[in-house]
Amino acid sequence: MVVSFAWRELRFWLTNYRRTWRGTIYSSVLNPVLFLGAMGLGLGTLVDAHRPSGLGGVRYLVFLAPGLLAASAMHTAMGESTYPVLGSVKWLKTYQAAAATPLRPRDIFHGHLLFTAMRLAMNCSIFVAVMAGFGAVGSPWVLAALPVAVLTGLAFAAPIEAYAITRDKDQSFSMLFRFVLIPLFLFSGTFFPVSQLPGWLRPVAYATPLWQGVALCRSLSLGTATVGPALGHVAYLALVAAAGIAAGQRTYRRRLYV
Amino acid sequence: MPATDVLIHARGLAKSFGSATAVAGIDFDLHRAEAFGFLGPNGAGKSSTMRMIGCVSPPSGGELSILGLDPVADGPAIRARLGVVPQQDTLDVELTVRENLIIYGRYFGLPRGVIAERAARLLEFVQLADRAEDQVEPLSGGMKRRLTIARSLINEPEILLLDEPTTGLDPQARHAVWDRLYRLKQQGVTLVLTTHYMDEAEQLCDRLVVMDRGKIAAGGSPRDLIGRYSTPEVLELRFDPAGHQQAAEKLMDAPAERMEVLADRVLLYTRDGDAALTAVRGLGLEPLTSLVRRSTLEDVFLRLTGRRLED
Repeated sequence: MVVSFAWRELRFWLTNYRRTWRGTIYSSVLNPVLFLGAMGLGLGTLVDAHRPSGLGGVRYLVFLAPGLLAASAMHTAMGESTYPVLGSVKWLKTYQAAAATPLRPRDIFHGHLLFTAMRLAMNCSIFVAVMAGFGAVGSPWVLAALPVAVLTGLAFAAPIEAYAITRDKDQSFSMLFRFVLIPLFLFSGTFFPVSQLPGWLRPVAYATPLWQGVALCRSLSLGTATVGPALGHVAYLALVAAAGIAAGQRTYRRRLYV
Repeated sequence: MPATDVLIHARGLAKSFGSATAVAGIDFDLHRAEAFGFLGPNGAGKSSTMRMIGCVSPPSGGELSILGLDPVADGPAIRARLGVVPQQDTLDVELTVRENLIIYGRYFGLPRGVIAERAARLLEFVQLADRAEDQVEPLSGGMKRRLTIARSLINEPEILLLDEPTTGLDPQARHAVWDRLYRLKQQGVTLVLTTHYMDEAEQLCDRLVVMDRGKIAAGGSPRDLIGRYSTPEVLELRFDPAGHQQAAEKLMDAPAERMEVLADRVLLYTRDGDAALTAVRGLGLEPLTSLVRRSTLEDVFLRLTGRRLED
């Protein structure tokens, strides 16, 4: 029953998505092309000229791409789990419409999360394809980085949806973007190894879900992953996602059953 | 009526939000195939009651059973058999008229063919068949309301809940909605509605309760309530605002069972309005306007609460 109810909410999102999917595909292709072009090739040429030791002996493009893959999953997750949630509960009230049917608040939450997972899978697949086009893939293991990137996205989407449903205004989202998303994007090992950070800051970076995703995606893409650390990263990300799901089941209920 | 025909049973039903009490312990029974109304002003606790019946608001106290089930434990099973028309439209304005019905049908787990057949029939019923493929956004308020009603019927509900079904609509659109609801009633659909329009309550409800400040002040058929709490006729008098209060004092001597002094009018409750008007003139009073009319639920509400329904 749980799955079939969530499935019904997913169908709702899919019906809506039919209207906008073309536009989202363009940006899903364009984003990695722009970033890999500018940072990977443009900036990368400068970086590679200095043969930095921190990159583990690979070209900057090859180092950067899997990090960007994980970071782009975070971006997609943020996009799907902030405004769409507030819009559904506050502006369109389509959540309330669903709550008047057999669906329970948790089904509505799970359905939305399933849709987010689907969008993550789409965007990450496109990203990996663009990576391959740029010659930024070091190993066929990059295919295993795809589900890891989706999981990274879910580690953001679940807690953020759980939070977004408690909001009445969208101001909190710009705070979230400014003080969470951007710092994570810049300092979680996407653009340079965390080992470049001051010693006291490194543990902070290791604790973020984005670093966990970046580190695993990168080691898979470079073909250097080992089982122990890989399982550690996956477990960490799964734990954050699970905590978000548990929280969301409560916050959705509190918001929709008043 | 046999007990199995009681679809909703409430005793001491209460709802509070923090320290604010919305519903302060109400009793009612809803029977199959009747049209039952909650009449009261804004803030009377009508919508809170409807949300509890709709299983999206756990009661704070008292008993509530719907279709013999517990709304807290059996929410999904109950909601599968309810139709809900909320106070504010919750249509998906980015989808078409027909897609809104299809989405809703899927929420109830109905097979595709059944949804398609019902959607076509319901759009016909609410006179929106020619708009089926249009976006919802540009529809008028009355059309959106009718679409919401069609949507609420997609699962062929045993009980249809309507929270202020015509609030915010112009008179023509209201009549169109009433007409559809009246037809549903004729088809034997059980209706529960809230309203602060006494004409809506009189037209649609077989039985109603008058709610005020979270409590039920009185209950019965519209005719019963008027018979019990008002006189057959009402004489409405309007005086020059400067002499309004003075005139009201003089009217104490007029032959009426009861008098209400409103800000702009004086109401005399009487068996014979024309005779009362003659008597008023006999007191040396000449109203600017006078109107003899039959008592309505508005008068019942005024009598029970000392306040007016719509302000």
